Amino acid sequence: MLDRTKSQALPAAPGVGYKAQHYTALTTDPGCVGWLEIHAENYMGQGGRPLAQLRALRERFPISVHGVGLSIGGPDPLDTDHLARLRDLCHWLDPHSFSEHLAWSTHDGAYLNDLLPLPYTDATLARVCDHVDEVQEVLGRQMLLENPSSYLAFDESTWDEVGFLAEISRRTGCGLLLDVNNVFVSAVNLRLDPRAYIEAFPLEAVGEIHLGGHDEDADDHGAPLLIDSHGRAVADPVWALLDLTLARGGPKPVLIEWDTDVPDFPVLEAEAARAARALDRMTTGIAAAPTTGIKTGVRT
Amino acid sequence: MNAPPLFLPAASEVEEAFRTALLDGEVPVPAGLSDGAGQPAGRRYAVYRNNVAVALGEALESGFPAVAGLLGPQNFRMVAGIYLRRHPPTLPVMPLYGAGFAAFLEAAEALARWPYLGDVARLDYALRQAYHAADAEPLSPEALTWLAAEALPQTRLRLAPALQLLRSPYPVIDIRNRALGLGDSIGSHGQCALVTRPEYDPVTDPLPQADAALLERLMAGATLGAALEETGTDPTALLSLLIARRALTGLETTE
Repeated sequence: MLDRTKSQALPAAPGVGYKAQHYTALTTDPGCVGWLEIHAENYMGQGGRPLAQLRALRERFPISVHGVGLSIGGPDPLDTDHLARLRDLCHWLDPHSFSEHLAWSTHDGAYLNDLLPLPYTDATLARVCDHVDEVQEVLGRQMLLENPSSYLAFDESTWDEVGFLAEISRRTGCGLLLDVNNVFVSAVNLRLDPRAYIEAFPLEAVGEIHLGGHDEDADDHGAPLLIDSHGRAVADPVWALLDLTLARGGPKPVLIEWDTDVPDFPVLEAEAARAARALDRMTTGIAAAPTTGIKTGVRT
Repeated sequence: MNAPPLFLPAASEVEEAFRTALLDGEVPVPAGLSDGAGQPAGRRYAVYRNNVAVALGEALESGFPAVAGLLGPQNFRMVAGIYLRRHPPTLPVMPLYGAGFAAFLEAAEALARWPYLGDVARLDYALRQAYHAADAEPLSPEALTWLAAEALPQTRLRLAPALQLLRSPYPVIDIRNRALGLGDSIGSHGQCALVTRPEYDPVTDPLPQADAALLERLMAGATLGAALEETGTDPTALLSLLIARRALTGLETTE
């Protein structure tokens, strides 16, 4: 049985993807940053600075563990050794959330260090559900599954992405992680309506929201091709989609991801502050909305 | 636990094709992929190809900074591009990626003019492993003085998990330092590199050949007495260095 109450939920506050160069800033003056997300695979060493920093940070911040290497969307069986590493990390850290991607990254034992797409069919749906069941069994907790950014579509897909994710959540009981930048990137790339995506999304299952920056490129025919780079500030249309998401789904934990060309902490904090303002607009507009955790980084 | 399903749905043809073509630029873009409006995917597929090559290449570049410094960005990218296609990571833990990179560099004919590249890669890798190695409480400096002098020959050293020894026929520490802009002079003799991690940042010390031979015996589990007898080396200097680097974590004395 899943123990869904084992950890507290993340606060409906802004968080940031943790980078070691921000350690001092975060432990002295984190500003409006209320929680941190770490990439699980960076903390699978035996000791040293990464684990020491994490030990100190978890005393101060709620932590979200975000896996990037489990290959949940792939046809190969899950790597049980890697699942055991994730279980050990979650056991030690007792994070507020664990999430992974609707994507694959391992092929015949070769790990490709990228999040790769899958077709949405009845067969892949069954496979992903089996994998999510296995993860939740081994970790003994609910996981969140994140929507991908897409650069192309599979002709053989018979499900749309929102329906596919909603059905996985319904069958497995997993929560969802809604990456609003990914929604925008995929919508532009595949000529879909991002607002319709958000409006159809089962927001009651969403335990966390991601925001990040993207780059602009073009395809062979000059059509816009957005690349999910996490290397710059969040774009204005993505902030507008966040407002729509919060208006429909209520306050949620909102993460700023900035993984390449990582800026100094004040720049990152300013992005988090923009997310805080979006959340504040929600909580002042909704009478009974929870207000805990929005201004403080201290676990209560 | 639910019983595992007896038959997992197999990968579809287009999934197989997607996977195979990722690391091979010669293979055409798989059919069955489009831009969402009926046009073939074309260079949209190349985004994934590029992401994979860049992600793995950058992991190698940050993991082997001195090799990257010696080869220069363009050459390094070319060499890494070949390595990552032949030897992609076997598990999703990038700090462990590249264990075979040193041997690959040594076997590459085009790099034969730089025979020391392999050992520089070994040193890069050793430092990275030391960074992530398990913590260990060092022995207090007084502990040695508590040990009765007559017990020393029967004593074995317990060493920190971060400790590694690399014996090279090349001045590998000097070469690495220069590649990283940390030093200029390069000696004419081979160097033995002792890698330790006093706190969180790994450190490299050159060891005299005799001390390296002694340490090798001690790492293999020899008692101080046996190692001294085999190598004829006074262990005082080595022990002082190990204590200073917080790399000596225990002493075991057998009767």
